[in-house]
Order: sequence, then C-alpha cells, then structure tokens
Amino acid sequence: MTALLTTPPAAAAAPPSRRRGAFLRSVLRNRKALIGLVIFGVFTVMAAVPHLFTSVTEPNKLAFPPALPPSGDHLLGTTALGQDIWAQLVYGARQSLVIALVAGFFATVLSVLVGVSAAYLGGVADEALSMVINIFLIIPTFPLIIILATYAGKGTLTVVLIVLVVTGWSYGANQMRAQALSLRNRDFLESARVRGERRTYIILAEMLPTMTSLIVANFLGAALYSVLTAAGLQFLGLGDPNSISWGTMLYWSQNQQALQSGMPLWSIAPGLCVALLGVSFALLNYAFDEISNPALRPVRRRRATA
Amino acid sequence: MRYVLRRLGFFALTLWAALTINFFLPRFMPGSPLQALRARTYNKLSPAALEEMLTSFGYKPHENVGVQYLDYLGHMFTGNWGVSIGSALGQPITQIVGQALPWTLGLVGVATVLAFVAGTVIGVVAGWRRGGTLDAILPSVFVVTSALPYFWVGLLLILVFSVWTGGWLPSDFNYDSNLQPGFNPEFIGNVLRHAVLPGLTIFITAVGGWVLTMRNNMITTLAEDYIRMGRAKGLANRKIMYQYAARNAFLPNLSGFAMSLGFVISGAILVEYVFNYPGLGYLLYNAVQNTDYPMMQVLFMLFTVAVLVSVLLCDFATAWLDPRSRAKG
Repeated sequence: MTALLTTPPAAAAAPPSRRRGAFLRSVLRNRKALIGLVIFGVFTVMAAVPHLFTSVTEPNKLAFPPALPPSGDHLLGTTALGQDIWAQLVYGARQSLVIALVAGFFATVLSVLVGVSAAYLGGVADEALSMVINIFLIIPTFPLIIILATYAGKGTLTVVLIVLVVTGWSYGANQMRAQALSLRNRDFLESARVRGERRTYIILAEMLPTMTSLIVANFLGAALYSVLTAAGLQFLGLGDPNSISWGTMLYWSQNQQALQSGMPLWSIAPGLCVALLGVSFALLNYAFDEISNPALRPVRRRRATA
Repeated sequence: MRYVLRRLGFFALTLWAALTINFFLPRFMPGSPLQALRARTYNKLSPAALEEMLTSFGYKPHENVGVQYLDYLGHMFTGNWGVSIGSALGQPITQIVGQALPWTLGLVGVATVLAFVAGTVIGVVAGWRRGGTLDAILPSVFVVTSALPYFWVGLLLILVFSVWTGGWLPSDFNYDSNLQPGFNPEFIGNVLRHAVLPGLTIFITAVGGWVLTMRNNMITTLAEDYIRMGRAKGLANRKIMYQYAARNAFLPNLSGFAMSLGFVISGAILVEYVFNYPGLGYLLYNAVQNTDYPMMQVLFMLFTVAVLVSVLLCDFATAWLDPRSRAKG
C-alpha cells in the first residue's frame, strides 16, 4: 500500500505548508489522519494480542453471573447470558479487521482492473465492462447478501468475505472508469501515445499514479463498506451466531432486548466499536484526499511540469 | 434522440440481466420452495395441493428450465406475482407489497431526498468558503456521521429518545395499533411521530456522504480556468458560486445520487428492522426468515427497478444539463 501512497513530485506545487513534506510527516501533521491511525492502531493491537487487554480467554463461554452492572471485575458488565462484555469486545476486533482489510483489498484490486481497463480500452470492451459494472451497481447488494447468506447456511467468514468482494467492487469500478475517462484525452496521455508507449506502460506508469488518491480512497471506502455490511449482516442474525464478533454481540443483545431491559452497554458498546473502526477508515480516507489533492488539480500540475 | 434510445436500450438490457440473475440464483442454491412450503404447512397439506399452490406462483419442477424462465419473465412484467408462502400464507404478493410500499416510499424516500438536498447545499457553501470556520468543522463532523452504522444510530436514538425519556418518541411500528387509519389530524400526527426516529436515522447517516462529495466537487471545480476567468472579469462572487461552480460541481453528485440509492435501500432494510417499520425492507427480512421464495424474488425485482429507474432519470437529467455527455453519446 505504501507504494501507492508516496506523494508524486507534483506535491512540490502545493502551498508552502505542505511543500516537500515527506508522506509520513504530512500524515502526522494532519489531525484527522492521526486520529484515524490511532483508532486503527489500537484495534490492530487488540486483534493481535487480545490477552493484553483482558484476562478472559474464552469470551463466549457463559462463565459469569448474568446481567452484572459495570464493575472493576467486569469493565462493561456481563451479558444477559453471562459473558464478559469487555472481553467479547476485545476479541471481536480480530474478525472485523480481517473482514475490512481482506475484503477491502480484493474489492479495490477488482475495481481498478475493471474500471481502468474499461475506460482505456474503450469501444466494445468498454461497453461490455460498463454493462457488468452497472448490473452489479444496480442490483441492490444488501438484499442480495442477505439472501446469499441465508442460502449458504449460516455465513462462515469465507462466505461473508466472498460475498462482500463480489458486491463491493462495482461502486469503485464506476468511479475509476469515470476518472480514467476524464484522463483519457488529457495531453500527457496523448503525448505518451504519440511517443509510441505500450498500453500497459501508459496505464501503469502514466494513468495509475494520477489516480492514486482515488485508489486509496477506494480501498478505505471498500473497507468501510465491508465493516458496516458484515456487522449489519450479523446483526440480522445471518452470520455465524457462535462467532466472536461485534456484529454477533449486537445480534444477541437485540435478541435479548438489551436496550429495553436496562443493559444498554451490551448493545451500544459493540456498535460503538463498529462505528469507531468505520470512522477511522473514513477519517484516513478524507485525510489522504487532503494530502494528495494538489496532485488532482490539473491546472497546477501542468504548470509544475512545464 | 439517439441518446435517449441508447439509454433505454441499456435500461432494458440491465433489467433483463438483473431479472435473469434473480431467476437463477435461488435455483442454484440448496433448498427448494417445495421443501420450504412443506415445512411451513407442517405437512398438513397433500402433495397435490402443495403442487397446485406452487404452480400458482410459477414453480413447475417438471417443466424444463427454459419454459419456467420465460413464464417467470412474463409474470414479472404482467404483475402476476403469485402468492406468498411466508407468514401470510396464500395472500397475493401484490396485496402485501401494496400495503408496505407507501410506508417505505414515505419514510425512506422523503428522508433520502431531504438528506440529498441538505447535503448538496451544505457542500456548496463549505466548498466555497474553503478554509473558513464552517469548512474547518463541518467536514470532520460529516466524515464521522457518514461512517456510522445505520442500525447503531437507530439503537442510540431509541435509547436516548425512547428508553431514557420513558417513551417520548415511539420506537417501533408505523402508527399506534389502537388508531383507525384515516385522514384526521390525530392519525397523521401519530404517523409522523413514528417516522421521526427512523427518518432521522436515515438522514443522519446519509447526509454526510453528499456534503463531502459536493464539497470536494466544488473545490475541484473552483480550480478550473473558467472560474478564474469569471473572477478576472469581475463577476459577483455569488454569481460565480452558484452559476459557474455549483452548477458544474452538481453534475457528478447527481449521478452519485442515483448510484447510492442501492446503499440507501440496504440501510433502510436495517432501519426498518430496528424500528419494526412495516415497509419493503422489513418485508424482505421476514421473507428471508420464512424462506418465502416468491416474495424474495418480487422484492428483489422491485428494488432493482427502483434503482434502475432513478439511474435512468438522473442520466436524462445529466444529459439535459450537460451538453458534453450528449456529444459523447
């Protein structure tokens, strides 16, 4: 990912405050990016070494008295079934992160491949590929996911991941195609063609770098979509009810009427975690957009290269 | 004219493809309507009666797939949607859908359009005053709201406005069950009260995305030469903002609106589930719970058609507003 993120020399044309800022430095200077990174980092540590945060080793085991209020022993209390809510939260981070990163990555790769080739090839190939993109865009994905998950039995992680990638790439592909189309007739691509460069070179070395911010935005967007959709799916009870994840916690708390029976933490806490992870992706997305925006401005870039 | 024909052809082709996926998907998956129906009727009906019932919604296991497929396409277009085999066993689907549709259109439709309009206006202003106080705070706020899960916002609102305030605002259903539907102030007020929390949920989670895209479009547009030209000519700021920048920045947002309807429908299913709001999304949830195949197929088709029609309308609107897209054909 870092290769995609290195700011092109065009950034030199940016306002003085951002001039020649190394990528890392500009991230650290951007408050939104920093907050996003910190949230993401905390969840990553939770996912990697959950026992640092809690002494409970089997968070789904009904090991405690049910419905305890928050206390020193149980930071967020226990569920109506007798599980430690904090421990479940900590262990639940892993699945959400895996879903976000894996589904986000593959969805992005697919959307770049399809979107850019459609725009660049043009003609019949573009017609056919846009057709496919549009069909996937228009078919409402969430109902499709619900039904797929129902048919496929209680959705295992693999099923959920595949379904998320299949339904999550088209939005990005459409944006990629639009952006690549608007680039297609720009002078620098025209001159590359006149120079007699190969198609692969033009796409990889000339087009993709100018689309960096869109690609990054797409990955973060796809990751965000995956986290929210997976949680929604599990919330409806269409995930694996025995898995350890925030969505499954939400399902059980809804199942036990946690809000109405005085255990709002059971329901609000896992939702907050889903929201926080989503917010961290959204903040990073937005911050990258800010950092790389000068490169997106054709007027300034042309002047810089001239 | 050629453009319109092209778009219509595209519309038909996409609809056909969606319907085809819709037809083959359940048939490739394990389980069959017959099994589901037998389970739902607790083996009380004779196989012949079951067969007959299934035939009435176009399920003919003995017929070849090609014929079934053609029949299915015909039925979808003629509104001959068969009967539900879910919790409302034997009730015509058109009837069930007819009852649920107005609620979804009213709730989701109004909330979405409001969010779109509000988001676009806020985005224009924020993009124009780049670097101002408004622009310093608003984007962060909307980045956060646009990333919140629909159902969680719903749960929070229920907790704050319904549970903690002792039922100040209703947290489920579309109106109190002891009321008679009718055009009187009491009933309408009740319906509105029930729509506040789910509507607010959709508004809060949907508005952010449009603010952000509109703001970024504005900023990109403001860097164009014609804006500079306008400034150089000494045009009034207001004129540049609305007639030069916002008009052009709005175009991508318009197609974005049509495309995002699919996401809104997804969110609406969860919102309707959280609030027990008897619209199409809730219907789909129930259909899935009860393996109500004919119902699922019809709802799928309706969702698809809804998105497709709005995409088509936005296409035409874009073509009308933007000569460049017409020229490209």
